[in-house]
Amino acid sequence: MAYKIIVCAKQVPNTNEIKTNPETGTLIRDGVESILNHDDANALEEALKVKDAYPGTTITVITMGPPQAVEMLQECLAMGADDAVLLSDRALGGSDTWATSNAITAGIKKLGDFDFIFAGRQAIDGDTAQVGPQIAEKLGIPQVTYVQDFQIDGNEITVQRALEDGYELIKVKTPCLLTAIKELNTPRYMYIKGIYHAVKHDIKVWGAADIGVDLETVGLKASPTNVFKSFTPKPKGAGQKVAGDTEKDLAINLICSLKEKNII
Amino acid sequence: MNFNLTKEQETVRKMVRKFATNEVEPIAADIDKEHRFPTETVEKMARYGLMGIPYPEEYEGAGGDHVAYAITVEELSRACASTGVICSAHTSLCTWPIFAWGNEEQKKKYVPDLASGRKLGAFGLTEPNAGTDSAGQQTIAVDAGDHYVLNGAKVFITNGGYADTFVVMAMTDKAKGNRGGITAFIVEKGFKGFSIGKTEDKLGICASSTTELIFQDCIVPKENVLGKVGDGFKVAMTTLDGGRIGIASQALGIAQGAFDVTVDYMKQRKQFGKKLSQFQALQFEMAAMKAEIEAARLLIYRAANFKDLHQEYSEASAIAKLVAGETAMKVTTKCVQFHGGYGYTKDYPVERMMRDAKITEIYEGTSEVQKIVIAGKIFGKDK
Repeated sequence: MAYKIIVCAKQVPNTNEIKTNPETGTLIRDGVESILNHDDANALEEALKVKDAYPGTTITVITMGPPQAVEMLQECLAMGADDAVLLSDRALGGSDTWATSNAITAGIKKLGDFDFIFAGRQAIDGDTAQVGPQIAEKLGIPQVTYVQDFQIDGNEITVQRALEDGYELIKVKTPCLLTAIKELNTPRYMYIKGIYHAVKHDIKVWGAADIGVDLETVGLKASPTNVFKSFTPKPKGAGQKVAGDTEKDLAINLICSLKEKNII
Repeated sequence: MNFNLTKEQETVRKMVRKFATNEVEPIAADIDKEHRFPTETVEKMARYGLMGIPYPEEYEGAGGDHVAYAITVEELSRACASTGVICSAHTSLCTWPIFAWGNEEQKKKYVPDLASGRKLGAFGLTEPNAGTDSAGQQTIAVDAGDHYVLNGAKVFITNGGYADTFVVMAMTDKAKGNRGGITAFIVEKGFKGFSIGKTEDKLGICASSTTELIFQDCIVPKENVLGKVGDGFKVAMTTLDGGRIGIASQALGIAQGAFDVTVDYMKQRKQFGKKLSQFQALQFEMAAMKAEIEAARLLIYRAANFKDLHQEYSEASAIAKLVAGETAMKVTTKCVQFHGGYGYTKDYPVERMMRDAKITEIYEGTSEVQKIVIAGKIFGKDK
């Protein structure tokens, strides 16, 4: 069986030190190297594994972003995706997750039928993890997030959905949307042959008019989210291991250590 | 004139840099220490097309160009010079002569396996008494009707212990010497009478395989004559012209690798209350090294570009190899110096890089031989 897969990907700045425009709260992209978002690379890799196992499977990558996002799509093509679409239009600029998922949902509808959509859990720039689930809601299809293991058999997909202390085993029928986490796989590199094809590939660039999206539902003005404040989370300090040969020693050492810090 | 890389070439660099960082660099010190050929890395390189970059897709190559190939060897060597030369010897010294000199049957039979990396290639010219002086060949090929019988031995053969396919030079007419006396043959690992001899224990590039090849009444079918009988000298010399681009790229990668780790080290290491990077005398040395590395890089890409444009590249590749080899030795020696005592230990990669650099002034024509090639272009035959 061959599948028709859509992968949602995003080009993100290669840094955790995100700078934002203080007036609009949106990201400043100038001068920062751009990369394929990590979780999205996992999503693409899983799709490519399906393609390896089921010849005839096609993968289309869709993204929304500025014209330079073409480079990220070329990387996806060089890894083995068959086609790529960039939604790029001034009218789409400044979209929050709600507006973004409106545009991408419209783009996916224009692409036509599919078996399933794979997205990354979240992008390293915004960290919202909202766009994938919103697309599923707007398309009216089931979704499973945080996928750490994926099996497909006909129109039935079995996944492990990661939880903090374990996982849920979920069966879902196509069409559906899944979001990938890094535990799912190790993304492959670009193929050299793929690079030469990708640069020549005619990547579709669609504006708001092409996808027929209502201009009242996309872009900065249509975005209900206002960024109140953004910050880089402080890394947690390294934990301290309590040493001791016996359980009693361990308990004593732990209590001493807590007392030293005036915690108890 | 345009000094910019193409989008494809830039992306190849990005891909190989990432590949080398994840797959090559983490094991470079270990495989050097263990003198272990990185079979697992070569398999991964094959999967992604790194073993056949400049060959057309029709022959299962990556459909790339020679500049991208040079960048690939450079980036691999920046992490591990042994891995770089495995790619270079395979691509330039074995696949290329079959692709360039082979007839259609030979190309169809051998190039797809090599360009896809399913098989590994090597090249046998050097003998105990004949390296660059190829007229001194003592490996003899005797015409025996439908096949040739080869007797003799080759030394210092890169990839020797792991290769499946060999391009081998042998004397078919001693009296003619270089002028029509040498013939090139395609030899397969399993040919009767062919075996691998001693593995060399080397100063550097310890994870690459350097062996003897032994021919004892080795039977080579006539259809495996590469080019015409007597064309061997031309096959060998044109092959080395291209091989020099690969080795120059390896040298460049070694120099760049040593330079980059030294920059990082200088930003951390403090002496006399200051970071090394704050001493102007050292800054100037680094600036001068950067200039030499950049000069070597441009010479290499120029030679590779000439090859892509089907222009004469013999002199350009000799100049590139001369400059890059000497730059690698000079830069790595200074980088060890800048690391002080630590640089002399195996805890820091510059020790390995300095040992690896030396060979780039020696193989595929010593620096002196490059000067012979260049001088030949200056003075011609009418000295």
